[in-house]
Amino acid sequence: MNSNPMNFRIAHIATNTFREAVRDHVLYNLIAFALLMSGAAILVGQISFGIERLVVINLGLASVSLFGTVIAIFIGIGLVSKEIDKRTLYTMLTHPVRRWEFIVGKFVGLSGTLVVNTFFMAIGVFAALLYVSRHFQKADVWVLVALYFIILQFLIITALALLFSSFSSPLLSAVFAFSLFIIGSFSEDLRGFAAMTNGLARWITTGAAYLVPNFSALNVISSVAHQQPVAGHLILYNTAYALLYTTMAISGAVLIFERRNLK
Amino acid sequence: MRASRKVAIAASSVLILCLMGSIFTLRRVDRMRNAATLEEVLYVSSPTALKRMSLGYNGLLADIYWTRAVQYFGGKHHDGATHLDLLAPLLDIAAALDPQLLAVYEFGSNFLAAKPPNGAGMPERAVKLEEFGIKNNPDEWRLYYNLGFIYYLDLKDYAHAAETFDRGSHVPNAHPWLKILAAQMAQHAGEIQTARMLWTTTLQSSQEHYIRANAVAHLRALQVDEDVTNLERVASFYKQKNGRWPSSFAEIARAGLMTGTPVDPLRRPYRLTTDGHVEVRSPDDLPFIEKGTPPGYVPPKKPKFLPTD
Repeated sequence: MNSNPMNFRIAHIATNTFREAVRDHVLYNLIAFALLMSGAAILVGQISFGIERLVVINLGLASVSLFGTVIAIFIGIGLVSKEIDKRTLYTMLTHPVRRWEFIVGKFVGLSGTLVVNTFFMAIGVFAALLYVSRHFQKADVWVLVALYFIILQFLIITALALLFSSFSSPLLSAVFAFSLFIIGSFSEDLRGFAAMTNGLARWITTGAAYLVPNFSALNVISSVAHQQPVAGHLILYNTAYALLYTTMAISGAVLIFERRNLK
Repeated sequence: MRASRKVAIAASSVLILCLMGSIFTLRRVDRMRNAATLEEVLYVSSPTALKRMSLGYNGLLADIYWTRAVQYFGGKHHDGATHLDLLAPLLDIAAALDPQLLAVYEFGSNFLAAKPPNGAGMPERAVKLEEFGIKNNPDEWRLYYNLGFIYYLDLKDYAHAAETFDRGSHVPNAHPWLKILAAQMAQHAGEIQTARMLWTTTLQSSQEHYIRANAVAHLRALQVDEDVTNLERVASFYKQKNGRWPSSFAEIARAGLMTGTPVDPLRRPYRLTTDGHVEVRSPDDLPFIEKGTPPGYVPPKKPKFLPTD
């Protein structure tokens, strides 16, 4: 491993993280998802009025987002602590694997798991959509954009879960990550509050509003359900924002983990 | 049999028996309690609070609230209830959570506006709901049509109906009949032809079974009302000429005032009474009719839609 280049080491850790997640039956959630989607597609047509297509998109994308968020948090918080508990981290670090490579590898592995998971769930959403609409429409392409934004959301949450797990216990990391997910969903309100305050309070609230992740901008589920297009600029800026925020959180995790006393 | 197995069987049996017993007891308790204590309740009635609580999944929550409204209306309608107190708040919440959810305005306003037992009998709330829908979806001509319909049918406010149809006629891709309806409303608001035009537009523009069945039933009722008016006029004319009421439609036909025996929209012959009144044979099958019913007839609580509708 000594002679292995950096990219190979990161890829190796990422592959193992992916395998471990699969071994932990993470993809079992796909069965629950498939049941949910087929059940909704059949049931809603019978108990509601005029919203079959809307429900499939709203429920499908909300489930993809929530299932993925739960997976990102619950696996993300254990990525570091598990390796410490099982003492495998020490074995790994005695090899010339740098601590930052370990963090980045874990992040890439879990993100890969979530992308694969989302891919299969997306197939489920489109199958249910085909079942209720009998044919695809041009506007269904925006559902793909909404799925892409959900993946961006997962990247941020995974990075945050890793950040918290780099210095805290799994339980506290879960609490922090879930809290940030909820606060991030309210980030636009937070900015609204900031606009209403003055002086120091305004600075603090504005700072907090920009520090927490903005998940509301990444949520276009309702508008794509109504076949409304997503602006190209929004796709571009959301991508840039998610990548910058993720890199920031991963950098924080690396900074903390580099200084952490593992004895 | 091992002791642990015996304990497992005994515990399982006790568990199942206790569960069944508790369900049975609870059902008895429910029957004994005052109905008011079991009344349905809306725990969170603020649409704004619900929107915040949805964490951005407001579209899904709107779908859930709309489905709740449909189920609530369906349940109450099935029971022939006259008070649908939760319907308006449920619809308001669904609309506030997702202002683009057109089903709420298209069908929800019908549930709200119609008189009990066909609806909640709240046309003013239906107008408010439709206006909210129009504000958020100004290019949807169906919403103007629905609003005009409520003004026309439920509020008998023909001036507002004409103005609403006119507003709708200026929306791109609006149904061409909106323009005609606006003009009709201004001149012949109370006439059967206007009502027929409205229900025909509803029938043509909706794919929903309930709405279509309702439109078909109303069109049949309009046909019966028109037929009965015309047939009773012919019978009166016969009496004027002969000094007595005709005993049958055949007698009127023999006098050259009509041809054959007239039938209702279900192809069943009308009945002529001895005092010159015209009645349908099965009024229960023709809901919403205002004429042609036997004296003292009480329509069923729930309008009967035929399976073929």
